[in-house]
Amino acid sequence: MASRPYGKGLRALSITTVAAMTAALALVFFYAPLEAEQGFLQKIFYVHVPLAIVSLCGFVLGGLLAIQHLRTRDSRWDMRSYVAIHMALIFGLATLITGSIWAKGSWGHWWVWNEPTLVSFLIVFLLYATYQPLRFAIEDPERQSRYASVFAVTAGAFVPLNFIAVRMSTSFLHPRTLSSTSNLPGSMGFTFLVSVVAIALLYATLCKYELTVKHTRAQVRALRRRLVAEDSPARGRSAAPSGLPEEEPRPAPGPDGLAPGGQRFGSAPGTAA
Amino acid sequence: MSAPALELSGLIRRYGEREALSGVGLSLPPGRTLVVFGPNGAGKTTLLRVLATLLRPHSGRVRVLGSDLPEDAWAVRGRVGLLAHEPLLYRELSGAENLRYHARLHRVSEARVTELLDAVALGGRADEPVRTLSRGMVQRVAVARAVLHDPELLLLDEPYANLDPAAIELVAPLIGVGGDGRRRTRVLCSHDPGRDLAEADLVLGLRGGRPELLADAASVTPAEIAELYR
Amino acid sequence: MSTAVDGGAATAPERSEQSPARPQPAFWSTVAAVMRKELLVELRTLESVPGMSLFAVTTFVVFHFALNRGSVEGDLAAGILWVTLLFAAILGVNRLFVADADQGGFDGFLLAPVDRAAMLVAKVATLLLYLLALELVAVPAFSILLLGPSVGPALPGLLATLALGDVGVAVIGTLVAAMAVRTRSRDLLGPLLTLPLFVPIVIGGARCTAPLLEFAHRSGPSGRWLATLGVYDLVFGLLAYALFDFLLED
Repeated sequence: MASRPYGKGLRALSITTVAAMTAALALVFFYAPLEAEQGFLQKIFYVHVPLAIVSLCGFVLGGLLAIQHLRTRDSRWDMRSYVAIHMALIFGLATLITGSIWAKGSWGHWWVWNEPTLVSFLIVFLLYATYQPLRFAIEDPERQSRYASVFAVTAGAFVPLNFIAVRMSTSFLHPRTLSSTSNLPGSMGFTFLVSVVAIALLYATLCKYELTVKHTRAQVRALRRRLVAEDSPARGRSAAPSGLPEEEPRPAPGPDGLAPGGQRFGSAPGTAA
Repeated sequence: MSAPALELSGLIRRYGEREALSGVGLSLPPGRTLVVFGPNGAGKTTLLRVLATLLRPHSGRVRVLGSDLPEDAWAVRGRVGLLAHEPLLYRELSGAENLRYHARLHRVSEARVTELLDAVALGGRADEPVRTLSRGMVQRVAVARAVLHDPELLLLDEPYANLDPAAIELVAPLIGVGGDGRRRTRVLCSHDPGRDLAEADLVLGLRGGRPELLADAASVTPAEIAELYR
Repeated sequence: MSTAVDGGAATAPERSEQSPARPQPAFWSTVAAVMRKELLVELRTLESVPGMSLFAVTTFVVFHFALNRGSVEGDLAAGILWVTLLFAAILGVNRLFVADADQGGFDGFLLAPVDRAAMLVAKVATLLLYLLALELVAVPAFSILLLGPSVGPALPGLLATLALGDVGVAVIGTLVAAMAVRTRSRDLLGPLLTLPLFVPIVIGGARCTAPLLEFAHRSGPSGRWLATLGVYDLVFGLLAYALFDFLLED
């Protein structure tokens, strides 16, 4: 198999991520000061907000990768787009859960409508939650990839627009902690930055893992097909792209247009009287 | 020799991880008829749809009427006619309304619509919704739709299915090769070597997407075609 | 090692190569031809508009019982009106491409030497017409059944808001309908995809409409929100234009 190994750099990335996360946790618990108003609970801010940022960036990244797929028709871009969105959705769920915990602790309710970031995040999450059902509902793999890419581009454009619209509509009854990120005291700001980096690295590592696993599985399937039979049964319906690896060029058909091993070598085609 | 009407080389079209067409290649001069045989699922319809510019080739070279697909597909549309398994007609509209719609899309005159409706002898039924017509009548309207814009290349997917002998007689001149003045290039998918081998200039036999037989019609026997279905 | 899966063939949608050879009049005559066909089918089957209108009126009745109110104004009135209109619109969106998908209409169109964007424009315009027809029934019904303040003075502002909102609904509805129609669960995916995308339209529409429907201190729709609706329409219009080709292909 001539393909480059997909998992190159995975170990280095994983180690860096573990290091960054450890550093972030250490800073959060031992370095960042306790916030006067909200106390210890406020520390969830260092998890919730980076998760939100990375998740939203992941969705937009999925849209950009989808544009590449539509432009080049190369299914590997669709694979990358799928993984980016899939992972961002998981991080998005974590965002909503941590946001809810924070809301409960700070304001006594499991959900608040006056926090526009959280609200617009919910809408975006509900939209992207339809991504996999959409994929699953299309059987033709090429069409599945294409339609998923159209969706990813549309949804990616929607993210900023939705954010703006919701923000405009929210009345601020309560000073929002998010708006105060710009005037965070130095120690908090530094901790926040490290947290963002750590979570971004975690996202990148998990994406790379998933891509590697899918790619390897696809290579195994291709090898099996080659060894066993050409007409092995197709995969069952699946929402995930198959991750076709680049195949070696087939032996070119002979001048009479037949694949090697074809039954008939008639007279040169097209010279009928 | 004038440029071939069809030039394929190493055409591959995938469906997921399976290859619906595996390396099909051939060259068809203008005015000739290619007949494609093969069991169901062999890729005949896929091949027709690629030639009709409805499907993109995934690999290989496809040249239809001098234009490469998929980049120059726009130059080919309007010069190709497709008669598919589905009639491509709106059931709630009448035969005449359907044809008029297609005539507007192809920028063909109203007179041509009337001419074809007469040619397929639909008579008074032309103004009734397609869903009230019998399968044979629907097929006749579909034939009219396929040749409405007088295409240079005609792609026919089992055109005589659902037609009784009288209807076949009506329809045959419309989808035939045409007069000596301008011969039409045709690709015909068939299950009936007995009838359709006679019309062929070139024969292609597909099985599992692979071209297993490609030869001049003169040198092919029905027995060889039967082999494909084994 | 070759990279592109399809052998390096040019992959931009063919429309751009088509443009130089195609004179402008052909585009609009194609749009007209498609719209003519659409409206003819709708007149024969009456699948969309009557259903949408009936749904809206029935929903107002349901709201009366659900809220236990005989008369609403302001925010509540705006909300009920917009939610009802959007859900009724979804019914129309669901049916928009069904005839084409089931009866080979896509193939027939794709075989013709026409600019494919013409189908997008024709479908958006058709859906827009359906929405206008819906509103001709729903707005009077609403003002009779549920609305407290009189609708007369609110009409100009209301019409402007509805117009902008309708364009957005039509564009998004057409795009999503094209995505959902050739999938297995088309009736479910349509609403699931459109509703989040409609949220900014609901926000803008309701914010503009609420001050129009007050008993006292009536004021016009806010320019800021109208502009927001306009921008949203524009962005999605451009997006739909760029992406529609990819959905039409087989």
